[in-house]
Amino acid sequence: MSTRRDAGLDPFGPGLISRNYPMTFDEQYFNIGRLDRLSYQDTAVHHLDARVKVIATMLFLVTVISFPKYEVVALVPFFLFPALIMTLGEIPVRFIFRKVLLVSPFAILVGIFNPFLDTATVAVIWGVPVSGGCLSFVSILLKFALTISAALLLVATTSFPGVCHALRRLGLPSLFVSQLLFLYRYLFVLTEETMRITRARDMRAFGVRGTGVRVFVRLIGVLFIRTVDRAERIYRAMLSRGFQGDIPSLRCSRMAATDLAYLAATVSLLAVLRFFRVTEGIGAFAQRLLP
Amino acid sequence: MHMADALLSPAVGMTLWAGTAAVGGYASKRLKEQIDDRMIPLMGVLGAFIFAAQMINFTIPGTGSSGHLGGGMILAILLGPHAAFLVMASVLTIQALFFADGGLLALGCNIWNLGVYPCYLVYPFIYKPLVGGGKTSGRILAASVVSVVLALQLGAFSVVLETLFSGKSELPFGAFVLLMQPIHLAIGTVEGFITAGMINYVQSTRPGILDGMAASRPAGAEVSLKKVLAIFAVLAVMTGGTLSWFASTQPDGLEWSIEKITGRKELPEQEHGIALVLKTIQEKTAFLPDYNFKPAGNEAKREEADLAWPRIEGGTSAAGIIGAAITLGMIVLIGMGIRSFRRR
Repeated sequence: MSTRRDAGLDPFGPGLISRNYPMTFDEQYFNIGRLDRLSYQDTAVHHLDARVKVIATMLFLVTVISFPKYEVVALVPFFLFPALIMTLGEIPVRFIFRKVLLVSPFAILVGIFNPFLDTATVAVIWGVPVSGGCLSFVSILLKFALTISAALLLVATTSFPGVCHALRRLGLPSLFVSQLLFLYRYLFVLTEETMRITRARDMRAFGVRGTGVRVFVRLIGVLFIRTVDRAERIYRAMLSRGFQGDIPSLRCSRMAATDLAYLAATVSLLAVLRFFRVTEGIGAFAQRLLP
Repeated sequence: MHMADALLSPAVGMTLWAGTAAVGGYASKRLKEQIDDRMIPLMGVLGAFIFAAQMINFTIPGTGSSGHLGGGMILAILLGPHAAFLVMASVLTIQALFFADGGLLALGCNIWNLGVYPCYLVYPFIYKPLVGGGKTSGRILAASVVSVVLALQLGAFSVVLETLFSGKSELPFGAFVLLMQPIHLAIGTVEGFITAGMINYVQSTRPGILDGMAASRPAGAEVSLKKVLAIFAVLAVMTGGTLSWFASTQPDGLEWSIEKITGRKELPEQEHGIALVLKTIQEKTAFLPDYNFKPAGNEAKREEADLAWPRIEGGTSAAGIIGAAITLGMIVLIGMGIRSFRRR
């Protein structure tokens, strides 16, 4: 983080954890922008084929989610994946950590009742009784951290257009993929437009008048009209450049040996961690070493 | 009300993914048949519009809290069901990837909850009949409020069902429903007013726009009731298959909710057949299912834990906890090691 940004617009400033999910406008904007910038770095992880990364991420998610609801210990080794991707891909740990925290309220809200509803003692650890609900709540939290960081890291190491073209080559309808690409391209343009509109509102509202529903409806009405006009201009510009209803990619990607090796390594590691009780094995080994 | 990966079981996630993929394939096939090229940039930019509009907060009168736009219904009204579904799906995909709203496995659920209901159920069968041909601002208001509320209620109820069938949360059905539905009633009412307000505003300031958009929609965009029913029938069968799988893998959570819903204790007899087959397959694929390392010292404590609830192992033995601590330490060390190595 540069100190210049820290002055006023730093989206990751102090007090973030206590903030509600609807972030302020600038925060949301810089958040998308930062993830996008991270995805154009030049590291070994970024160079892997996008399809391989999409497939590996999906396999990782399914494996993590497939653990039964009381499983805690076996989930721990899975943090190896995000840790490796973050370090090899040079993604700031704190950035991902804060984004995970930001979206956690729903999972916590639904899971927090488990310790109160499922009070049967399932284990006694060093004299302290542990209820099933506590275990399943911790399990939900671990799964949450793993799955959310996996999704964020996929974008942060692949770039959104990269993910889109990978999805097209994996068989998604091209119409849907063009939608995603369009949406992504104009997201930044429209967000800046919206930023100007809300700024104008805030300067006149002093935080009180004009922040209600009535003005909001007018604002999005204006935004909508500008959007439709813009779409018309875009369409004309694209027609004059030979648009025929599809956005092809010129980049031809080929699976290299390293890509396949990465996939094979991921699959085998996932399988080992899923079917063997690795964590307990390490623990038992350590116990045997100690007197 | 985004569904989250951590609360999902793979079976529920996959079922909803399959359903969403089927609807998505259908939507893009129908659109491709008769699409006006003009629609492609329009759809994309409108998706960005929904996104941008969601970022503007407004204060809800009387409560002091802030709300924001959801968007499924507004898109359906503007673009028709097929295009609206695809735009909504792409908005949710970007939310899942960039804001980590929900996650990638839950994306199927989220597209289903927030896309299928407004576009393929509420819009053709509730909104259109209610608005009728006249399109006066009063009718648009009434129809929008009813439609948005209904779509959100269906979505919220689906979140409850998906969570229950996944069996990761202990929240009882009744309490969860009481938690979700009233909140979304309030949200839906506000959003309905906003939807109608925006459409009426655009209608009065630039009357040509909405007609122009309606004209460039695919001509035969009407959804037939038969097809919708067919899709839902297929999904019902798929869900049934999933449920029977649950009956074998996650007995407690499911039996509980089935008991609550139907008043009976168990599923019909023939479902056990499928469950049995799936279970044997599962047992065969999971090699070394009961593999366990021998604990060195804490025999007594383990026995105590086993007696309390022998079915749940969870790896909560001393070995498990020591192992978890060591594993975490190693992961941190590996990360820091690579980092310092690269800096040099």
